[in-house]
Amino acid sequence: MEARRGWRAVPKVRQVGFFTPNEPPPPARTQSGPPDSNSPPLSNSPAGNSLSPVMIPPPRHLSDNLAHRATSPLPVPETSAFRRPIPGGDRVAVVGSYNPTDSMLGASPPLTSPSSRIGDGEFSEESSPGWFRRSNSAKFASSFPGGGFDLTSIKSSETLEVEVKKPVEVPEKSGVAGAELQTESQSSSKPLKAKTTKAERRALQESQRAAKAAAKGEATGKPAISSEGAATSKPVKQQPSRKKDALPAATSVAASDRKGVDRPPEKERKKEVPPPRMQFDDKNRVEKAKKRAVVNQTEARNRVELFRHLPQYERGSQLPDLESKFFLLDPMHPAVYKVGLQYLAGDISGGNARCIAMLQAFQEVIKDYSTPPEKSLTRDLTAKVGSYVSFLIECRPLSMSMGNAIRFLKNRIAKLPLSLSESEAKESLCSDINRFINEKIVLADKVIVRHAASKVRDGDVLLTYGSSCVVEMILLYAHELGKQFRVVIVDSRPKLEGQALLRRLVAKGLNCTYTHINAVSYIMHEVTRVFLGASSVLSNGTVYSRVGTACVAMVAHAFRVPVLICCEAYKFHERVQLDSICSNELGDPDAIAKASGRMDVNYVDNLANKENLQLLNLMYDATPLEYISMIVTDYGMIPPTSVPVIVREYRREHLWI
Amino acid sequence: MPDVQALVNDFLNKLKKRKIEGSQATSRQTAELLRSVISQQRVPYNNQAGALIDAVKAVGEQLIAANPVELAVGNIVRRVLHIIREEDLSLTTAAMAGLNLSAVSDDEDDEERDDLPVLSAAVVAAAARSTLRPPSLQTLLEDMPDTAAIPHTSSSGGDSEGKSKSADKSSRSRKLKHDVIEAVNELIQDITTCHEQIAEQAVEHIHQNEVILTLGSSRTVLEFLCAAKEKKRSFRVFVAEGAPRYQGHLLAKELVARGLQTTLITDSAVFAMISRVNMVIVGAHAVMANGGVIAPVGLNMVALAAQKHAVPFVVLAGSHKLCPLYPHNPEVLLNELRSPSELLDFGEFSDCLDFRSVTGSPLLHVVNPTFDYVPPKLVSLFITDTGGHNPSYMYRLIADYYSADDLVVKRRTTSGN
Repeated sequence: MEARRGWRAVPKVRQVGFFTPNEPPPPARTQSGPPDSNSPPLSNSPAGNSLSPVMIPPPRHLSDNLAHRATSPLPVPETSAFRRPIPGGDRVAVVGSYNPTDSMLGASPPLTSPSSRIGDGEFSEESSPGWFRRSNSAKFASSFPGGGFDLTSIKSSETLEVEVKKPVEVPEKSGVAGAELQTESQSSSKPLKAKTTKAERRALQESQRAAKAAAKGEATGKPAISSEGAATSKPVKQQPSRKKDALPAATSVAASDRKGVDRPPEKERKKEVPPPRMQFDDKNRVEKAKKRAVVNQTEARNRVELFRHLPQYERGSQLPDLESKFFLLDPMHPAVYKVGLQYLAGDISGGNARCIAMLQAFQEVIKDYSTPPEKSLTRDLTAKVGSYVSFLIECRPLSMSMGNAIRFLKNRIAKLPLSLSESEAKESLCSDINRFINEKIVLADKVIVRHAASKVRDGDVLLTYGSSCVVEMILLYAHELGKQFRVVIVDSRPKLEGQALLRRLVAKGLNCTYTHINAVSYIMHEVTRVFLGASSVLSNGTVYSRVGTACVAMVAHAFRVPVLICCEAYKFHERVQLDSICSNELGDPDAIAKASGRMDVNYVDNLANKENLQLLNLMYDATPLEYISMIVTDYGMIPPTSVPVIVREYRREHLWI
Repeated sequence: MPDVQALVNDFLNKLKKRKIEGSQATSRQTAELLRSVISQQRVPYNNQAGALIDAVKAVGEQLIAANPVELAVGNIVRRVLHIIREEDLSLTTAAMAGLNLSAVSDDEDDEERDDLPVLSAAVVAAAARSTLRPPSLQTLLEDMPDTAAIPHTSSSGGDSEGKSKSADKSSRSRKLKHDVIEAVNELIQDITTCHEQIAEQAVEHIHQNEVILTLGSSRTVLEFLCAAKEKKRSFRVFVAEGAPRYQGHLLAKELVARGLQTTLITDSAVFAMISRVNMVIVGAHAVMANGGVIAPVGLNMVALAAQKHAVPFVVLAGSHKLCPLYPHNPEVLLNELRSPSELLDFGEFSDCLDFRSVTGSPLLHVVNPTFDYVPPKLVSLFITDTGGHNPSYMYRLIADYYSADDLVVKRRTTSGN
């Protein structure tokens, strides 16, 4: 296994975080104590082979996959993996798992040598006081991601003690379950795969029942589970993850462990294929959706034929209507309501801001939540969040990053350990949300800023389009570092977001040139770098971003100017898209007719109701990957072709952090 | 001739203040002005053509200097010069041919002596053509009727001349001026009707259910699209608004008024929409000799997007927009920066305008160019009033309208100035 890994030319990105070549699984097995737990993997191998047509393992993991896949329903390897860190191995594991991160950080030139890394750390101490204070606390001062996680690694040592009592019961159960599952797995594997959702639901029920049973007496509960056969495989398998959930802080360790140990089973992978979007040219579904809707939207009349599948409503009518309903709508939480109204009015825009606002609203929701009688927190809260999300969608279609955040939250709710009391569960969810915001957005931004700032040289002319908060941070940081450069801000109608950016940058003393998108080929001659933000990066390398980004990237490509996309990894999405038509968002068409600040331009104002004039206000467009030189993300700087790698390898972390 | 001078000054002012919008209007007015210059010009007894050329050049130089970016002015001046030369040439050859004919009939000894000027005139004519028009099948075919027609015209026009043998010089000079003015009138006619001539070809290029994208506003494009609409083609048009001038709004309004299915989009949405577009049809500010286009700002972006999606990029240009010059650094040299107030509201940004860097230069710059340069490789087709042409063919087309002398002379006079 080691040899195999050595042979593969593993791309750098792929190593980050999860695959720790120097973390040997065999010791885990030897440490796992119960001698019988060694035998199942061996005896299971034929069963594993028989399973392989159903779950085809990727060839590179063949050896460990067979072992782990075959035993994956069994708690044994999990427990062993879990117990391994206890004898002080946890710290080793942490260091091991983050080594690649260091090496990847090293890929960016200024951070290469250790000495420069240290120097860098010190430098940033001086220059940006707010950032690196915590890095003092740990040995991770050199590398940011490590710095971001160091807390977790410290905590993990203490929290892992909680686990200690778990393995005591698991092995004996595994002895039973293992024997049973071995026989059952062959017969049950197919139906399991066929109807995943049903099995899931059943598994959920099962686990709830188990929780009730556990409340009465642990000893009686266990046999009930293990005797269930096929259905049990799910809860039993979930147990380790549940255990991990009990220690949210330790998850980075746990996640990396799990990653190495069990590959996502086929059925889960299937589930992760994004569901088809609502197509608004489907009359039936639109009617159905309307009945449920909170927001009364009237369809815009004069619509562009090409975009029938996207929702477009008359503007201006809903907002006062909704505001008046503010106190009447009891099913809607006021925090969510407020955020929805802000989306609708356009007060909150920008992927990060919207995502954070939504998550914080959900935090409020969770804080105020109390489980209604005879309902389980997991199911009821999931349903509630679902209804809030559909309300938010009514206000404004979700961005893909928000979709990722919601998926994360729902997953956390679903994976809540049943042993937790309500208040504990709420507490854990809130801290999860906080952690998501911190790690995935705030810290990620800082890492991106550091990466990207290393690409700014003295005398550069940097071009940016619209207003991206990450790009703004990069520019300000580079300016703080004392780099001499000029900024070109390209803007476009109707939002003219660049003007606000221009104002902020000029106030900070940056030398700025402002122009509109039509002049981009005029200004591109003098530009040396293009920094662009993104709403989402899709797994075929397409960058989905504010409309006009594609134009800018295209012109830059034509002028041989490198294009750097700055985007947090939580915005990566496994969806693929080739054009900007199939999925997009339509803005207010009236904004097209009026030119802001130009009274003389009102040619089409009074024509808005003409039958054969349509106004199209696209919000996003898709930039093909060949225009993009590099994507700067919190995992480092990657070519756009590596996006699917990040999406695939980190998806589990996205979901389960 | 004070009145002409007043006219010239008036026009110069208009050019300098950029009062005249659009190359069509500019070229028409230039031609009209030059016509009055010619008609007012007193012609000496001999070398009338030279006097006319000098007069036109003197005025033309001022006009070009008044707005060097408006290439149409220079184009028209050159074309008028070319007209004078051609008319002079044809008159000379006609007279020579007439003289020759009479010489042959009357006295043989003169033959030797008279052959020389005839030859020299032919040589001059050939030289004038061959400098820009190396012998090709087309020029050969064009020249054949020319030379064949000369004896014919001379026999009809020069009949009395030859018969009376007085060779009235004053009538000849008046004839030259008259011919030139006639030709300039024709030119003006051409300029005013170029829309129709281009629009006539619309049905050959637009099919049913086509989706056409255009940016900004161009009267030629408007007429072109409407001509296709009148021929019962139904198609839809995406109009990019062309910020910050928003000419696209005007075009959209006109198109809607004429009943075309129109969708107005922002300029930034061009890349998103171009994949669903069958053809890009745009107007031009000027077409250079290499086939490059000086076009309203934003079209380079559109052309690049069109190339990426293999969408034909068609430029409509009247012949008055054909410029015989080759562009050098056209993005800068043949461009014009307009007021920043079109982009930024000064009132709103008054606080930012005060920020200075350490050296005291302002921190805030605004760039608002008027034109874009579209290199010839991005253009699929030019449609002019003489038909459709490849970008690589433009230099030949241009050779039909201008004489090589004027390019050179123009440069010398401007550089000498």
